[in-house]
Formats: sequence, structure tokens, C-alpha cells
Amino acid sequence: MSLQAMTYLVVGMTFALYIGIAIWSRASTTKDFYVAGSHVHPVANGMATAADWMSAASFISMAGLIAFMGYGGSVFLMGWTGGYVLLAMLLAPYLRKFGKFTVPEFIGDRYYSKTARIVAVICLIVASVTYVIGQMKGIGVAFSRFLEVDYNVGLVIGMGIVFVYAVLGGMKGITYTQIAQYCVLILAYTIPAIFISLTLTGVPLPQLGLGATMSGSEVFLLDRLDQVLSDLGFSDYTTTARLSHLNMFVYTFSLMIGTAGLPHVIIRFFTVPKVKDARSSAGWALVFIAILYTTAPGVAAMARLNLIETVNKPDGTQLVYAERPTWMQKWEETGLLAFEDKNGDGRIVYSADAEVNEMVKVDRDIMVLANPEIAGLPNWVIALVAAGGLAAALSTAAGLLLAISSAISHDLLKGVFKPDVTEQQELLASRIAMAFAILLAGYLGFNPPDFAAGTVALAFGLAASSIFPALMMGIFNKRMNKEGAIAGMVAGLGVTLLYVFQHKGIMFIASTSYLGDMSPNWFLGIEPNAFGAIGALINFGVAYVVSHMTAAPPEHIQHIVEDIRVPHGAGEAISH
Amino acid sequence: MSQKADYWSANLRLIALCLAIWFVVSFVFGIILVEPLNNISLGGYKLGFWFAQQGSIYVFVALIFFYANRMGKLDKEHDVHEDKDV
Repeated sequence: MSLQAMTYLVVGMTFALYIGIAIWSRASTTKDFYVAGSHVHPVANGMATAADWMSAASFISMAGLIAFMGYGGSVFLMGWTGGYVLLAMLLAPYLRKFGKFTVPEFIGDRYYSKTARIVAVICLIVASVTYVIGQMKGIGVAFSRFLEVDYNVGLVIGMGIVFVYAVLGGMKGITYTQIAQYCVLILAYTIPAIFISLTLTGVPLPQLGLGATMSGSEVFLLDRLDQVLSDLGFSDYTTTARLSHLNMFVYTFSLMIGTAGLPHVIIRFFTVPKVKDARSSAGWALVFIAILYTTAPGVAAMARLNLIETVNKPDGTQLVYAERPTWMQKWEETGLLAFEDKNGDGRIVYSADAEVNEMVKVDRDIMVLANPEIAGLPNWVIALVAAGGLAAALSTAAGLLLAISSAISHDLLKGVFKPDVTEQQELLASRIAMAFAILLAGYLGFNPPDFAAGTVALAFGLAASSIFPALMMGIFNKRMNKEGAIAGMVAGLGVTLLYVFQHKGIMFIASTSYLGDMSPNWFLGIEPNAFGAIGALINFGVAYVVSHMTAAPPEHIQHIVEDIRVPHGAGEAISH
Repeated sequence: MSQKADYWSANLRLIALCLAIWFVVSFVFGIILVEPLNNISLGGYKLGFWFAQQGSIYVFVALIFFYANRMGKLDKEHDVHEDKDV
């Protein structure tokens, strides 16, 4: 069977499975739509959270970025897992005890203020829409390759599918479909990784294969990679930092607290039966996430090595362009891979020197999808990777769209502007909000600000600078009042957005950037993707100062804070 | 009331311990001290690189379960657990 037919078959079968489950468990009441009736087992919830969490950024994009950044790519690995430690200890159990549906609802009640709730909704929407842009990039890349069309066409098709998908089911549909999606995506990620690790090192587990010797040789794989890279003039894979160690520190911090501040992840912890379960759910989620995250470094290093050895063959000759493998031709059609025969010898020269390098464009987001083809694995494995990438992107896009739509219909419409809204109207409003969010994110996805994982990192920075500090202070600082929280959120988000827009363009439209994305303009050499941690510090600082200049929160709020600190008395999530 | 306050300060101490470990394995071993640690090797891995790309993640998983387990015990010791709600 041809690769394209096989891809249609495998992707089609997995889609039929998700949609079947979504219809089977279709949400009927508003409460089911949001939190699935709070009856999800911690292991099941952990698995669904993992699927929700691991998006196009983790699946399609991250290993490709690490492949080209080497040690510097560790920021994604540590940042996107370490956040769960914060989530499990600083937020999840207390928010579960509080027992509300949405993050803005908690902020509105804890800070006894509709203004605080509206500010939280704005923060949530800015972060989530940015996140969806990253997913759209991943979906566009996947569809463009497997339908063999231009990236932009792939993106439009992806938008249509995301819309149908997200509107079909609420959280309950999504919880069960996400368990199925997790299974598909983790198989799709680990099977090719095991094949490749076996071929290169003879060790099946990529976690061990990465530290092993090459098959039939005494040379360690990582030493070999360092060697071939330095032969081509690149810096060492295992020691090259991302810009600076300070930048890596801040970047990792930003991703960690962003993880703990992203509303679509937090909302997951409202669906477990007990406070106790919220803690262990975070642990289970991280177990399922770690399976992919500890495999990714192996995928990255092995993909880079295979790519180099395809172009610069081990016998010392360079690949003849006319004889290039089919996968290169297919990716050239998408516009995401490009060669230019600068010296006219008909061979491809890959070099760190931009003057002579002829592999002029390698979009990092194609690496994971192309990896099994580069390694020459069977067609069914390649098709499975496509299905996994789409599962990752779709599940996260759906979770984010749910968070956006519930913020608008539940928090703004019902909570603030029109409390007497009927359930049907609320559902309708949430669907319109979803459609609008998809169009906006899709439109911005035509010219994304960065590779998928970089775009998602920006979203984390925005969540880190705005939502995380407000939630944490709401639990750990009884004295924090509405003035402090609002000023903190506005300052944190404002500073981060200004810094990001200054370099990446207003709403990420590059032509509107006012200083250009130039590293000499970066504050202390910190790249925009990493700035969320600085925004969060500003948020904490401003909130602390402002709260001490204004009146303490009322007595009953201080009692609420005392109450959420103990598990006893937790009921089911309730709506006010 | 003091029961609750004791429970809360025990919780804060536990969080401080866990976050100290969290910080050391990722930020200290994976970033700040990565260069000296890279002189030590773990199979084909340089140790600092291993912490940044593998080791820190394993420790994070263990930390959350350790915390969840200890908090379960604290809930019972201080009699603030949920099982008595029914």
C-alpha cells in the first residue's frame, strides 16, 4: 500500500475512534460540558491531562528544536515537566477544594471582584489564543505533508477539522477521547523511537540508547554526534547553551510557572473526586508525560545524526541532489524544506557556514514527522506518526478552545454581563466563541511568530506572568487583596506583552515590531519566549506593594482562604 | 484552629523541602553547575547534560508522589482528611 493511502487509513481510523467516543458520551447538561460531573479516576484523569497537555509543541515540534539546539533545548524538557511539581504542591489541591468550574471564577471569588474576574478572563484568552496559534502551526505542517499540499492549504484544512472536533463534545467527550488520543500519540512517538534506537545502538529504550555506544563500534552516540557536528563547523551538541545560562535559567522558570498557570491544565484538576486525588492526578499526569519527554532527547539526537548522515554520507561523499530520497522531495513541496545548489555541483552541502550551506531551509517542525522516513522505517510507522501528531495537536486545541469558550460564556456572559442567561444560550455563546478563536488563531498561524514549540513557549510566558502569581497569592497570602491582585496581573501581563510585541510584532505580525527581533535589544540577553518569568516577578512585586498600601480583604475572604488550605469538607465542583 | 495552623505549617515545611530538591536537580545540576558536572560521565552521557535532559524529569515524578503520599498522612494525623465528610 502506498504511504499516502496508508496515512489516510490510519488517520481515518483514529479519527473515527475519537469521534465515536465523543458522540457516545456527548455532553448533555452545562455541568457535564465543563467538568464531566467530577467523577474521573486519578489515573484516567492523569492520562487525559497528559494528552491535553502534550500538544503539537511536545509531539511535532520539541524534538526537532532540541535536535538543532542540543543541550540548549533542555529548557523545554525541564520547563514543561517541572511545572507539574509546582502545580501539585502550590495550586491543584487548593483549587479543587475551592470547587469552581473555571480559573477566572476562582480569581473573581477570592478577590471579591468582578473586575479581577474580567482581568483574569483577558489574561486567559491572550495566553490561550497564542497557544492555539502554535497548535495551528503543527496541524498545518502535518496536513501539508500528508495531503502533499502547501503549508497554507494544510492550515486551512486543519482549522476546519479543529472546529468540527471541538464543537462536538464538551469536557466529558474530551476526557474519554483524550485517553484514546493519549494511547495513539504515545505509541506513535515511542514505536519509531525504539526502532531507530535499535538500529543505531542496538538498545531498544531511547532513554538508554542515547547514552549507549553506536552499533558495531566503541564510540558513544553522543560523542559521535558532537564529532560530526564539529566537522561541519557546528558547535557541540551536548554542551552548547541556549544563548546564555542566564537565559536558560529564566526560560526554564518561565515554562515551569506557565505550566502551572495555564487554565486548560488547571481546569483538569476540578474533575477529580477528591483533594487527595488532585495531588496524585498531577503525579500520574507527569508519569504519562515523562514517557514522551524522556524519549524526546533520544529522538532529537538520533534524528540530527540521521539527517546529517543522509546528506554527508559516512563514506565522505555528499548527497547528489537528483538522487535525494522521496521524503526530501515531499517536504520540499510543502515549502518547509529547501535546497539551493550554490556551487552548482549537483550535490547538497550541509555546513554551519551560511555562505556555503545548501540546505537553506529546514523547518524544525518537520523533524519528528520526517524522522521515521529519514530512518527508512516501514510505511505503517510513518502513518502512525502522522496520526499521533494530529492527535496531540487536536486534543490540546480542543482543550484550549474549551477553556476560551467557557471563559467567555461562563465567566463573562453568565458571571458578569447576563446572569439570567439560559443553558442553551450559554452553550451557543461558547460555540460562537470557539469558532471565533479558531479563525483568529488560524489567521495568525499563516505567519506564526516562531516554530510551534517557540510559539507555545510565548503562551506559557503570558500565563506565567499573569495567572500563576494571582492564583498562588490567592492561596498562600491571606493578606492579598483585590487591588494587589488586579494591579499585579495587569503589570505582569502588560510588561510581558510589551516585551514580546516589541520584538515579535503587535499580535505577532512581524512587520509591526517596533524594535525588530534583534538579540542586541534584548534585556540582559533574555529572549522574548523566556520573558514570562520576569513578568511574573513584576506581578508578585507590584501585587505585594499595592496590597500593603490598600485595605486588607474582608473577614469572610480570609476565612475562605483558611478553608481551602484543608481538604476536609470538599464537595463537588459547584457553580454560583 | 491551632490544629489547622499546625497542619498548614507542616504542609509548608514539606513544600519547602520538595521545592528545594526540585530546584537543585533542574536549575542547579541542569544549568548552573552543568559545566563542572559534565566532566563526570554516566555511560555515554555527560552528567550535567543527563540531569538536564533525563534525570530532572525522573526526580520530578518521584517528588510529586512523595508529596502526595506524605500529605495523605498529614491529612490523617491532623484529622482534616475528606473521608469523614460522608
